[in-house]
Amino acid sequence: MTVYRTNILVCGGTGCVSSASLDVYNKFKKLITSAGYDKEVKIIKTGCFGFCEQGPIVKIEPDNVFYVKVNKKDAEEIVNEHIIKGRIVKRLLYKEPNSKRIIEKHQNMPFYKKQFRIALRNCGLINPEDIYEYIAVGGYEALGRVITKMNRDEIVDIIKKSGLRGRGGGGFPTGIKWEITKNNHSDKKYIICNADEGDPGAFMDRSILEGDPHNVLEAMAIGGYTIGADKGLIYIRAEYPLAIERLDIAIKQARELGLLGNNILGTDFNFDIEIKLGAGAFVCGEETALINSAEGKRGEPNYKPPYPAQEGLWGKPTCVNNVETFANIPAIILNGYEWFSSIGTEKSKGTKVFALAGKINNVGLVEVPMGTTFREIIYDIGGGIQGNRKFKAVQTGGPSGGVITEENLDTPIDYDSLSSIGSMMGSGGMIVMDDTTCMVDVAKFYLEFTQDESCGRCTPCRIGTKRMFEILTKITDGKGTKEDLKNLEQLSYMIKDGSLCGLGQTAPNPVLSTMKFFKDEYLQHVVNKVCPTGRCKGLAKYKIDPEKCVGCTACAKVCPVECISGKLKETHVIDQNRCIKCGACFEACRFNAVIKPK
Amino acid sequence: MGIKSLDELRKIRENSIKKIDLRNQGNEGDNIEILIGMATCGIASGAREILNTLAEEVSKKNIKNVKIVPVGCIGYCHSEPIIQVNIPGQKPVIYGKVDKDRAIEIFNSHIIKGKAIKKYTLDIDFERAKQL
Repeated sequence: MTVYRTNILVCGGTGCVSSASLDVYNKFKKLITSAGYDKEVKIIKTGCFGFCEQGPIVKIEPDNVFYVKVNKKDAEEIVNEHIIKGRIVKRLLYKEPNSKRIIEKHQNMPFYKKQFRIALRNCGLINPEDIYEYIAVGGYEALGRVITKMNRDEIVDIIKKSGLRGRGGGGFPTGIKWEITKNNHSDKKYIICNADEGDPGAFMDRSILEGDPHNVLEAMAIGGYTIGADKGLIYIRAEYPLAIERLDIAIKQARELGLLGNNILGTDFNFDIEIKLGAGAFVCGEETALINSAEGKRGEPNYKPPYPAQEGLWGKPTCVNNVETFANIPAIILNGYEWFSSIGTEKSKGTKVFALAGKINNVGLVEVPMGTTFREIIYDIGGGIQGNRKFKAVQTGGPSGGVITEENLDTPIDYDSLSSIGSMMGSGGMIVMDDTTCMVDVAKFYLEFTQDESCGRCTPCRIGTKRMFEILTKITDGKGTKEDLKNLEQLSYMIKDGSLCGLGQTAPNPVLSTMKFFKDEYLQHVVNKVCPTGRCKGLAKYKIDPEKCVGCTACAKVCPVECISGKLKETHVIDQNRCIKCGACFEACRFNAVIKPK
Repeated sequence: MGIKSLDELRKIRENSIKKIDLRNQGNEGDNIEILIGMATCGIASGAREILNTLAEEVSKKNIKNVKIVPVGCIGYCHSEPIIQVNIPGQKPVIYGKVDKDRAIEIFNSHIIKGKAIKKYTLDIDFERAKQL
C-alpha cells in the first residue's frame, strides 16, 4: 500500500455538500494530479466535522490545519501555498467570532469537541436508579409520541432514513431488520436486546446499561410497538451484576409508572420486558445461539435461513438488536432522521462508542461521529501511547477483527473503510499496542480465546482453531518452521470458508491480519528463532560472553539441567536445546559474562 | 399511580426538570449537588468509599443543602473515581482520581468555601446530544 505524505480531507457531510464541497473535492483532485503529486497527497472525502456553518471545511493532515469556507479558487491557493510550499494560507483559517483570533490547529478551537455523545448522552448525567431523572431529560417522550401519534410504517421509515446500522458488529441496517420482522405475520413476536458483550476489552454496552438503563427499555418498547411484539427480552451475561441490578430497578420503576405493562399511556399497546441471564459464552452474542440459549438449550448457532425475523424465539418472528443500537433510537425519534443522518459518513451514519484499552493513556469510553480517524481517537482523545512509546498497531473488532497499523491511522472510521483495510467495526473494542507488543503473541492470545469459546458444533471451528492455536504456540516456543506459516494461512482460509457462524468465519482474522502486516515478525520467530520484542519467553536465549568468561565453573555448578559445558579456566557454553531459561547461571556469574535475554 | 397519557408524562417531566436543572447550567437556588460516578469502573476504583466519605462529611458538618447523586460512567475510566460538583450559578466542576483525602479537601474547599481546587479538575472534551 502507498504511504501518502499528506492527506487533504474535504468534508462530504450534508451541510458542506450543500455549500459545494464536492466541487472543491474535484478541484483538489484535478490540481493534485496535474501537479504530479497524486502519489504523495491523498484526497479524502470525510464525514461531517460538525461545523457545517463554516463549510466547506478542508483539513490538512498530518499538519492538522483546518480551513473554513473553502471555494474552488481557494483550493488552488491551498495547493500552491500549503501543499507545494508548505506555507499555511492564513486568510482561510477559522477566526474566533469574539476575539477575531486566528485559530490554526483544529483541537484549539473552543467550540469543537471531537466527541459527540448520542448513545452515552445521559451516562454520568442522571441517576440511573431514578426514573424521574430520565423523564426529566426527555425520557419516554419518544415512546409516548410513537404509540399515540405514529403508525408502524412511519417509524420504520424514520429508522431506515436515519441510516442507523447495527452497533453489535455486523452493521445490518436496523430499519430493514424492523421492517422484515414487522411484515412477518404471527400471533406472537419478540424483541430481544443483545447484551452479551463478549469481546475482550469491550465494555460499551455495560456502561450504557449501568448509566442509562431506561434509554434501552424505552427503545425496546418502541421497537416492540413497531414490529408488533408485546414481549421484550434482555439477554445479558451474568458477569455484569451491576448492569443487571440497575436494569431490574429500571424495569420495576417503569412498570410502576405504567410505562411497561398493559395499556401504556392510555393506549392499547401492551409491552413488558424480562431479563434473561447468560453464562457468558462468546458465541451467544450470535443471534441464533443467543435465542437457543434463551430457550434453555445449548448456546449453539443455527443455520440461517430461517432468520430470527422469520423463526426466532420459540419459533416466532424475533428482532435482535444490540444495546448501543437501541440507545440511539429515542434520540432519533425525537430529533428526526435528518439530524441523525447528517452525522457521520456517507454509508455509516451517527456516532460509534469505542472502548479504549491497552497501551493508551486515557483508557475509557469515547463516542465519536463516524468518519473520525484513528489518529484523532488515539492521540487527540486517548492522549497518546503510554510512556510516549512508539505506536505499533490497534486491534478493532476484537477476536473477529484485525490490526490497523501506522499507515492506516488516518483512515476515517466507518463500517466499510474498516473492512477494506482488513478489520471490522465489531462491537467497538479498540486495543492499542506499542512497540513492546509481539504480534505473534497477540494473534496467539486471540486464538486461545476463540478456540476456548468455540461452541464445538462445527468441525472447522472446533478443531481448526485448536490446531491454529497449537501452531502459534509452537512458533512462540521457538519450534516453528516456514511450513507452519504456510499451514497457518491455509488453515485460516479453510476455517473461514467452512464454519457455520460468525465466530468461526472470523476467528482466523487476527492471524491473517498480523501475518499480512507483520510478516517479518513471524519470519524472525521461525527463521531466526528470535522474538524482536522479547515477549515470547520460549525464544529467550541465555548466552555466555566469551570475552568475559573466566572459566570459573560457577554457572555449570548451578545449572539444574547440566546444559553448561566447559573446562576450568576455559570459556563455557550453554546448550540451547536443553536450556530451560531458569536464569540460575545469570545469578551465579560474578563476572557479568552471562547475557540475559531482554 | 401509572401514567395515563402523554400529557401526564409531560407534566411529570415539568415537575422533574428541577431535579436535574443544576447539572447543565447551574441554575438559581441554593442546593448543591455532588454527582459521583458509580458504574463498574468507578466502584472498582473506590467510588463507594468516596460516596461514604462525602456522606459522612455532609452529616458531620450538618449541611442541609447538599445532595449526593450516584450516576453512570462518563467514559473517563482512567481517572476514576470521578465526582462532579454543581453549585447554583456556576459551571459544573469535574474532579478526577478522587481518593479519601482529596474528597475531604474538595469538600472543605469547594462545598464549604465555594473555592474549586483547580489542580484536581478534569477537562471535558465531549458534547451531549440533546434529547429534547
